[in-house]
Amino acid sequence: MTDTLILAQATVGGIEQFWQMVVGGLALGTIYALLAMGFVIIFKATQVVNFAHGALVAVGAFLVALTAVEIDVPGRWIPSAPTWVTWALAAVLGVALGGAAGMVLERLFIRPMVGEPLFQIAILTVGLDIVLRTIVDDFAGLDGRPLADPWGTATATIGPVTVPHTQLVQLGVTVVAVVAVALFFRSRTGVAMRATAFDQEAARAQGITVGRIFGLSWLLGAVLAGVAGIFASIFPRAAGVSSATAFVAFGAFPAIILGGLDSIVGAIVGGIVIGLAESAASVYLTGFSNVLGSGFSAIIGYVIMLLVLLIRPYGLFGTEEVRRV
Amino acid sequence: MLSVENLEFVYNDVVLVLRGISLQVPTGKIVALLGANGAGKTTTVRAITGLAAVHEGDITKGSVQFEGADITGRDPSDVVRLGISQVMEGRRIFAELTVLENLRAGAYTNRAGMSASMDRVMALFPRLVEKRSATAGYLSGGEQQMLAIGRALMQNPKLLILDEPSLGLAPLLVKQIRDIVVEINQQGTSVLLIEQNANMALSIAHHGYIMETGKMVMDGDPAKLLKDEDVQEFYLGLHGDEGDRKSFRDVKHYKRRKRWLS
Ligand SMILES: Nc1ncnc2c1ncn2[C@@H]1O[C@H](COP(=O)(O)OP(=O)(O)OP(=O)(O)O)[C@@H](O)[C@H]1O
Ligand SMILES: [Mg+2]
Repeated sequence: MTDTLILAQATVGGIEQFWQMVVGGLALGTIYALLAMGFVIIFKATQVVNFAHGALVAVGAFLVALTAVEIDVPGRWIPSAPTWVTWALAAVLGVALGGAAGMVLERLFIRPMVGEPLFQIAILTVGLDIVLRTIVDDFAGLDGRPLADPWGTATATIGPVTVPHTQLVQLGVTVVAVVAVALFFRSRTGVAMRATAFDQEAARAQGITVGRIFGLSWLLGAVLAGVAGIFASIFPRAAGVSSATAFVAFGAFPAIILGGLDSIVGAIVGGIVIGLAESAASVYLTGFSNVLGSGFSAIIGYVIMLLVLLIRPYGLFGTEEVRRV
Repeated sequence: MLSVENLEFVYNDVVLVLRGISLQVPTGKIVALLGANGAGKTTTVRAITGLAAVHEGDITKGSVQFEGADITGRDPSDVVRLGISQVMEGRRIFAELTVLENLRAGAYTNRAGMSASMDRVMALFPRLVEKRSATAGYLSGGEQQMLAIGRALMQNPKLLILDEPSLGLAPLLVKQIRDIVVEINQQGTSVLLIEQNANMALSIAHHGYIMETGKMVMDGDPAKLLKDEDVQEFYLGLHGDEGDRKSFRDVKHYKRRKRWLS
């Protein structure tokens, strides 16, 4: 009975459906990967488990809605430039402001807590999450604010699949972001950040200004969250930044754990895997909704996470002792 | 150059570990600081270099002067920028980074002089040239110690503090490290050498201090210290017939008692 069902699915869907599923999964996966990467960078550098990361996603998207639509900066000063240029500039500005906000939050709320138990700091970030989300909600509400991206709902047909332009941009931007992060970690400051992550006291002994590194890790994390926030707020995922935007973090959480909390490569792989799994579940498991329930694709990530944790308690790429304080 | 005056140091607001110690490192010299486990040598380094806060420690009295400026309680990054670098106890290299990245992390405060310092370090430690792309955690103990020294030299310090660099190394390597310390000193860097290996330290030092439970108990010419009976008995194990190491004071006390008994 089940066998015939799967067979039927496979023949109906066929290869086209499969590739469509893969593209959708990758697109979702890159959002998770961007988010997870930022989370892991903050965790590695500062040991802080940042429960406000979902809020940073919303704040980033909110600031882009602000710069690109609400106040139209820098578009209002260069009216003759093509829309995609002014929009891209506004997006960069919004994301940068989001990064600055992350740095300010670290300086105001996290830095004074250095030396306190990490659990307390984690709880503080929960509070931060609530406050930030409330602020964004007040602005955006349930209906959402559009980001007015230049790609709209346009799609391209590549072989057997139809891909929204936004998702092509998204894949490209994610690759650029991953390369940029990799390059950063080879730079002077990046090496200092890795040194700090490995042994904070020894880093201090080299004259590395650890507080600056902390702030920078929050800046990086918030920038990556903001980029993820843009793609979580435009076609085909949503019609704008709204009170639901921050919840993308719930989807990314299994990706972080799956990858292993302190591994950036793990964050990327985990993000893609969970994205693909969610996509596959939503395509192939809908036939089982009488058994699994209708929203199964939303929790498949958690199922995978739990299964992996049973076999590898530190995640796929995590180091064994999540370590010294 | 470095002058520590009457320093008192407390951990967690209660544990008094330094009870008013003073020491001087004159420009261009090697000064040895000896003491048993728990005497407070590493604590002295932390007090000088600003790493007290990391350990919930505080300087409660006294001062640290460097080249005439008061640097008591300054930030570690300030201390490094002023010209004091340290090789921490236990090496503390960044094991997940490559050798080259460790050295670059060491040069964080010395962007302008980085390539000159790199040349100096590579000339001192040819072994590190060979291993420059290796992950530091996979180096041997001796190589790791060289990397730790090299990393500190990347800051082009005026004063280098080494905390037990010979710890856990074979005699041949200890000799090698000793020669390197001499060479570094001859290149113009003053050295504060902390050791339990009295022989090694006193053989190259211009002046020696001996510390015991947070106090300086003796200081002077290294050759004289080496000849001192108590130092010999306690640090070099020359006369001592008892196997386990006792406190320096116990040795004196024990001898006094022996005299009294006979
Ligand atoms: N973080 C800390 N908190 C409380 N007490 C400490 C701390 N670090 C060291 N101590 C105590 O201070 C005393 C001196 O320690 P310190 O590490 O300075 O000694 P040391 O001379 O370097 O010894 P060793 O030769 O073993 O390295 C010891 O009694 C130690 O238990
Ligand atoms: Mg010590």
